[in-house]
Amino acid sequence: MTYLELLLGFLIVGLFSFGGAYGAIPLIRDVVLAFGWLEEDALTDMIAVSESTPGPIMVNLATYVGSTQAGVPGAIVATTAVILPAFFIILLIMVLLRKVLNDPRVQAVLRGLKPCIIGIILATGLYMILKNGIEPAFRGDRDYLPLLMTAVLALVYWGPRKLWKKKMSPILLIVISAVFGVAVYGIT
Amino acid sequence: MISTIFLTFAKIGLFTFGGGLAMIPIIESICVEKKKWITHDEMMDVTVIAEATPGPIAINCATFVGYRKKGISGAIAATLGVVLPSFVILLLISLFLNRFLEIVWVANAFKGIRIAVGLMILDAGIQMIRKMKRERLPLVILGVSFTAMLLIDLFAWNFSSILLMLIAGGVSLAVYSVGGTRARKAGDGT
Repeated sequence: MTYLELLLGFLIVGLFSFGGAYGAIPLIRDVVLAFGWLEEDALTDMIAVSESTPGPIMVNLATYVGSTQAGVPGAIVATTAVILPAFFIILLIMVLLRKVLNDPRVQAVLRGLKPCIIGIILATGLYMILKNGIEPAFRGDRDYLPLLMTAVLALVYWGPRKLWKKKMSPILLIVISAVFGVAVYGIT
Repeated sequence: MISTIFLTFAKIGLFTFGGGLAMIPIIESICVEKKKWITHDEMMDVTVIAEATPGPIAINCATFVGYRKKGISGAIAATLGVVLPSFVILLLISLFLNRFLEIVWVANAFKGIRIAVGLMILDAGIQMIRKMKRERLPLVILGVSFTAMLLIDLFAWNFSSILLMLIAGGVSLAVYSVGGTRARKAGDGT
């Protein structure tokens, strides 16, 4: 049953994730939470790990989720499922339907999909910041440290780009944020 | 040949951080400039096709280049190659990550990392807006899906993002069809 769920869940992810990894993250969240494979926090941690390890982020996530749910066979099922749609769609386009993408109706659908995906990505990013960075300050224990970290990280991430037009790599940001986390919350 | 395709894409998979979009310049430098497997124009085609089709961009690109070079078997070799390093690395990580996260300072590090992940996703969205055409319908779709998705997340509503995408695609197609019919009718009138 788990295999079937993994197959189905990751086929859906592979089939509906336009716009690369960032387009896929909201979708993977949907599917992973809907099937109850990981808790929200564990999933966010995994997204960070997938960003910091080489290779396609979707494949990384599929392998991890598959493996935690059903071992090596689960990892194989989930990874295969997430890549199959892309593989066959490209073959199909190359062998038969090169013109399909130029069809005005297909273009019209894509024109609608793109802004929708951008909206979903923005909302997901904002929600993650709200939940992990802002919300703790309004909970019972009034933890203001995440709020402080959010402000500093945003400054560190976007500041240099405004000043020197230099983009910080995601890996560097993850390393800096990890150091902050340890510095703020301590080693023990 | 097949093994060269496989190994080349395994190398690309192993040395690209940051997902498929980061892979495009690397595929360009190896497969276009160095090995001359495809032309620069074809590479541009792949990028457009990869953006317009679902699935990991790396898989789209690998399948395309592999197929160009050696047909179906080339496509399979390239796709397996690009996937294999991630697969092995993540399999290893999945074996010990849970125990790793139980260490206190690691868990604390991830409290910071979770915020960084949110920032990066938000930033990716902002970059996409910058490249977007400023037309009315896309902007409306953007605003509505942003608001809807945020509400869905905040109140844990049971509404999938796939459904949002289907609606957006449908609305755009409907507006195009209606607009097209109107244009044709206006054309008939003159």
